[in-house]
Amino acid sequence: MSDIINLTLSALIDKIKKKELSSQEITNAYIERAEKSKDLNTYITTDFENVIEKAKKFDEKGNFDYKLPGVPIAIKDLFCTNNLKTTAGSKILSNFIPSYESTVTQHLWDEGAILLGKLNCDEFAMGSSNETSFFGNVESPVGKKVVPGGSSGGSASALAAKLTPATIGTDTGGSIRQPASFTGTVGLKPTYGSCSRYGIVAFASSLDQAGPMTQDVSDAALMLDVISKYDTKDSTSVNFKRGDYFKSLSSNIKGKKIGIPKEYRVDGMPKEIESLWQEGISLLKKLGAKIIDISLPHTKYALPAYYIVAPAEASSNLARYDGVKYGYRSEGENLISMYENTRSAGFGDEVKRRIMIGTYVLSSGYYDAYYLKAQKIRRLIKNDFDEAYKSVEAILTPSTPSSAFKIGDKTDDPVSMYLNDIFTVPVNLSGLPAISIPAGKDKNNYPLGLQLIGKAFEEQNLLDISYSMEKELSFKNNLQDWWIK
Amino acid sequence: MSKDKEYLIKRGNSEYEVIIGLEVHAQVLSKSKLFSDSPTTFGAEPNTQVSLVDAAFPGMLPVINEFCIKQAVKTGIGLNAAINKKSIFDRKNYFYADLPQGYQISQYKDPIVGEGSILLDLPDGEKKVGIERLHLEQDAGKSIHDIDPQNTLVDLNRSGVALMEIVSKPDLRSPEEVNLYIKKLRSIMRYLGTCDGNMQEGSLRADVNVSIRKTGDKKLGTRCEIKNVNSIKFMQMAIEYEANRQADILEEGGSIAQETRLFDTKKNETRSMRSKEDAHDYRYFPDPDLLPLELTDDFISKIKKEIPELPDEKKKRFVDKFKLTPYEANILVSDIETSKYFEDVIKNSDIKLATNWITGELFALLNDRNLEISQSPISSKNLSTLISLIKDGTISGKIAKTVFEIMANESKDPKSIIDEKGLKQQSNPKEIEKIVDDVIKENPKNVELFKSGKDKLFGFFVGQVMKKTDGKANPKLVNDILKKKLN
Repeated sequence: MSDIINLTLSALIDKIKKKELSSQEITNAYIERAEKSKDLNTYITTDFENVIEKAKKFDEKGNFDYKLPGVPIAIKDLFCTNNLKTTAGSKILSNFIPSYESTVTQHLWDEGAILLGKLNCDEFAMGSSNETSFFGNVESPVGKKVVPGGSSGGSASALAAKLTPATIGTDTGGSIRQPASFTGTVGLKPTYGSCSRYGIVAFASSLDQAGPMTQDVSDAALMLDVISKYDTKDSTSVNFKRGDYFKSLSSNIKGKKIGIPKEYRVDGMPKEIESLWQEGISLLKKLGAKIIDISLPHTKYALPAYYIVAPAEASSNLARYDGVKYGYRSEGENLISMYENTRSAGFGDEVKRRIMIGTYVLSSGYYDAYYLKAQKIRRLIKNDFDEAYKSVEAILTPSTPSSAFKIGDKTDDPVSMYLNDIFTVPVNLSGLPAISIPAGKDKNNYPLGLQLIGKAFEEQNLLDISYSMEKELSFKNNLQDWWIK
Repeated sequence: MSKDKEYLIKRGNSEYEVIIGLEVHAQVLSKSKLFSDSPTTFGAEPNTQVSLVDAAFPGMLPVINEFCIKQAVKTGIGLNAAINKKSIFDRKNYFYADLPQGYQISQYKDPIVGEGSILLDLPDGEKKVGIERLHLEQDAGKSIHDIDPQNTLVDLNRSGVALMEIVSKPDLRSPEEVNLYIKKLRSIMRYLGTCDGNMQEGSLRADVNVSIRKTGDKKLGTRCEIKNVNSIKFMQMAIEYEANRQADILEEGGSIAQETRLFDTKKNETRSMRSKEDAHDYRYFPDPDLLPLELTDDFISKIKKEIPELPDEKKKRFVDKFKLTPYEANILVSDIETSKYFEDVIKNSDIKLATNWITGELFALLNDRNLEISQSPISSKNLSTLISLIKDGTISGKIAKTVFEIMANESKDPKSIIDEKGLKQQSNPKEIEKIVDDVIKENPKNVELFKSGKDKLFGFFVGQVMKKTDGKANPKLVNDILKKKLN
């Protein structure tokens, strides 16, 4: 059994295809481990009874040509799943059962995957430590009382703790890459428009993007093959020629030009992050890549711009949770008081904070000074990348300015919490693809990640570079299973 | 416009001019909604035409309905307006129970259609009324307060239905001009097939902006907006009331507060709904779920090719080609169905007679029975036949009216009615001569009196002949023969 959970996704698929392992054996292994790992609080909803049925069905008459044949997978609870509660980590959706399936998860099931359950996340994906979830904070397997990052904290924790062979998250400002970095896993945010947003509970529509979270780079390529598809149900989905990412993986990056942006050397960044970055640079050189110093001059404006654009869109996106149609309702004397009671009780503090910020920056008299200016900055940041990509093919940065912190350390200081996203938000603002791969550890033995940022729609390039680095880095989490009961 | 016909509000020595601008909400004629594929059928059971998108379920996304875009562009072309090749959908944020998303998708700064104009036919000439813009937006659902005593019920059938908001410039000056403006706009959209203009079903409604200023003043007064008025009559009543209300305030030395008002159709008055200070802050911003809408030249020129002859051109053609008076042409082109009927009738019959019969007898009949021309009991083909029968002398105009009445009730063709009832005109000179001889024989005294100079008695002889022929004798022949015999 313990062998099963230690297999990567691709290794697992290999064994299923060779009939060395059945879907039921694998599913049972993950369920068993999940039952013993409840302290991590990774799951909001499990669907174990159904998944066992599905595994059985797959073993009886499944199609072994699928890309994910009979593979049990747990996913972030931001993806709507037909007939299974979808909460977005919020009280306001705590009783919501969709009658429809998100496009991205449908792609998983269409390739033979089966659903283990729904993973914890920050409420409406707003958070960097999975401490804003109505269903409680998630603990990281990398250390006791350590946050897994956020908002896809449940996904990262479950993946690192080997409760799912791979998973998918969503990334609005770093919500895949930062938790991946904190937990020693691989997290890929595809180009905006690659993966359909249909059926994903929206946080900030112009930034949200689903993506794979996996044990290694090949698994990320494999998952991307499955979930990246054009979708007419999402008007922002882009119909570009997608690669055959997994099959095309190459570790030959000789001559590739990689940019190193000087603006990502921020004040107060721990030495270990700086040296991790330097090691990454050396490694790339060793692999034959050409390192080029570049400048992304508007980087410092990215975080403030992000914290205007994202809350603005969120304030509007979350208006639909009003107690009228579905979800939690708290009665009131009239319509207005019903709204107030429902939304006061239904949303947590961080969500309310962002709704208020968003409402403020869109208000008449403030719109030009905040929202419009942020949009202009967004354009400048995108222009910085366009300019840089005239001379390089990808950019290497640290994923986060620090390693994972302790639960409760930053909850009273939203700004220091927001600073966690400093290296990841420029990517969302520009719609670019980026990947975080585990590259080292800090003095506490907590993982540290490096981020590679690519050109739009050139995920293959990103995967190839990280694949070649991964081989050399041979990172191991070596978790001690301290949480297992 | 001549001075004495101006619509002015008089107070003491002051005269006030009324300035009116309209924001018309016209429902796009389309099978499905603006951003979802739910049907738009009117009068369906509540909440049966609602998709997950319309009800704003989590993760649902709007996808633009290309047909509605076409309809808006078509309407823009019909309004002689600039089509904006790039337009943007914005979110207009506000909370209401029948607004599931918590925002309405509309167009704010960059509408799909820019400036255009509409030509009004006033009794003493034409007047051009400016169009400021046309934009697309979603309709909201409906809150129903009077079914359940405890709760407000919500019907989302209309939620997401495509509306065109057509904003006029403040160019209208009287309730009558508003009447003509709405009718003309409605007529153009019906010609184009972009809005059925059905005001009873709410397909066409308007927000009416009213301000007044002393005659001669250049500066516009403070305006009040009367929300959501759904008939021309109510618009006119609301304007009348509102202009007088404002005049009373100004006359007493007061000032007009900019506000949104409601028209109470039962009390015939407008009432304050909310002041400028209480106006919503809609927090408009571009909808991130939708990319800017970009139209190609090809797309626009294809639509241009589909534009039919519109009322103004048709009117010109009717005047030029058929020699109708502008007045007659106006009547015939204002409704596309009427103009089609007319053109069908005149294919095989006299234009002048057809014009008179349609605008006279037929309109009276339809009016009487409250019918649209498309529901006319007399088909264009039958009316055409009737007119030809008058023209070729088969029946007289008077008999034709009898035949018309029978046609109206029995929907038969005029020839068979004439045959059945024996209404054919007697045009055989020998037969008429015989009857004339009889009449002369039977009235020797009157013959003598006539010959002695009492010319007026000629009518008496005509009447006698007609009586004997049940009015079927050809009047011209009767006249000719009588004259010959009596002289």
